[in-house]
Amino acid sequence: MTRITLTVDGAQVSDDVEPRMLLVQYLREKLGKTGTVIGCDTSNCGACTVHLNGTSVKSCNVLAVQADGAEVTTIEGLAEDGRLHPVQEAFRECHGLQCGFCTPGMIMQSVDLLKENPNPSEEEIRLGLEGNLCRCTGYHNIVRAVQHAAGQAVTS
Amino acid sequence: MIPAAFDYLAPTSVEDALAALAEHGDDAKIIAGGQSLLPVLRMRLNAPEVLIDLGKIDSLRGIRDDGDAIVIGAMTPHSVVGSDPLVAEHAALISKAVEHLADAQIRHRGTFGGALAHADPAGDLGGPAVALGAQFVIQGAGGTRTVGADDFFVDLFETAIGDDEILTEVRIPKHTGWGARHEKFVRIVHQWPIVAVAATVRVDGGTIAEARIGMANMGSTPVRARAVEEALAGQPATEDAVRAAAERADEGTNPPSDLNGDADYRRHLSRVLTRRAVLAAAGA
Repeated sequence: MTRITLTVDGAQVSDDVEPRMLLVQYLREKLGKTGTVIGCDTSNCGACTVHLNGTSVKSCNVLAVQADGAEVTTIEGLAEDGRLHPVQEAFRECHGLQCGFCTPGMIMQSVDLLKENPNPSEEEIRLGLEGNLCRCTGYHNIVRAVQHAAGQAVTS
Repeated sequence: MIPAAFDYLAPTSVEDALAALAEHGDDAKIIAGGQSLLPVLRMRLNAPEVLIDLGKIDSLRGIRDDGDAIVIGAMTPHSVVGSDPLVAEHAALISKAVEHLADAQIRHRGTFGGALAHADPAGDLGGPAVALGAQFVIQGAGGTRTVGADDFFVDLFETAIGDDEILTEVRIPKHTGWGARHEKFVRIVHQWPIVAVAATVRVDGGTIAEARIGMANMGSTPVRARAVEEALAGQPATEDAVRAAAERADEGTNPPSDLNGDADYRRHLSRVLTRRAVLAAAGA
């Protein structure tokens, strides 16, 4: 077992973990943060996307021990004072989900995308979300949600 | 899917990492960004007893200008390489290839040196590395040695890095002012190419003075399209001239056949993609 200490959604946590434990397992099974989901388990689908030290990663493809000393933000840490994050609000407003399984990862990646590029073109949005798969929406409403969150007129 | 159990070491210096490698030998595996290795461990295609993580060695990260070369630390994430102005100015082919590499999340975590040391023949960086004549700086107990791109890639997933050595940095000779284009033919956008062609070209007054071309998935290692490079030198940067030269792209290659395409299809792709890449790199 290896001792790790990190900050998750603003709270410091410390645990003994097996080195082989994946970050997503740690978040879900040790911390109970089941908002972050496991989709494909092969690092393709992006459903497990969280922010590690401020940038998006697939948490099924990071070991918990590698997050020692880091700051992690999950979908559960986006809202502040009971108010949805603007990207969460935009996904609701634009109906950017159907079954909702990809949504935590889509929102976390969209937040990252808008941080790096606050005014993306439709093509840049689609490319920026290439690591996140959705099997319901055909992506159109997701793209609209990101445009809405960026304060743009919805084009797609 | 969960990897088989292993012990985990996170040294803070290259010397400590080398000592750990020496102690654990074949039982140990180096982990850089882990974006290729962790899926392999999860699928239990490999089960090292010890994982040595280079993530806490700060000296392995960063990009610097070193006169006639740009030097990229092995643990520098793809996202940093892809947005670096020095790389864009002096080795544009690298910037273009990184844009096509996996997806944003993987680029944040995966590393430049890790991807090259992994030596997947379908990897996005091997083609640009051989095209630009990258120099690989490898450290072992006895000191540091430098290996050229033509000798670095040995075979499928095999490089010149010894079992007791670590890739510390990659020197990219400056190609300032050269046009560059990475053409990647994929079935699914964020995945590996069926074939990719990385071309960089120096045009002088409408004539192609020099061209360097590296290809992915046309053999067990990244390969240069040397016949095309030779045929292009001194040619006008026109569609007809480039098309004729690109017909030789698959000379000397030994492409694999798999579910995505047989060898002849890959040979065809290499000619088409080489024509497109060279034309775009030459601004024609």
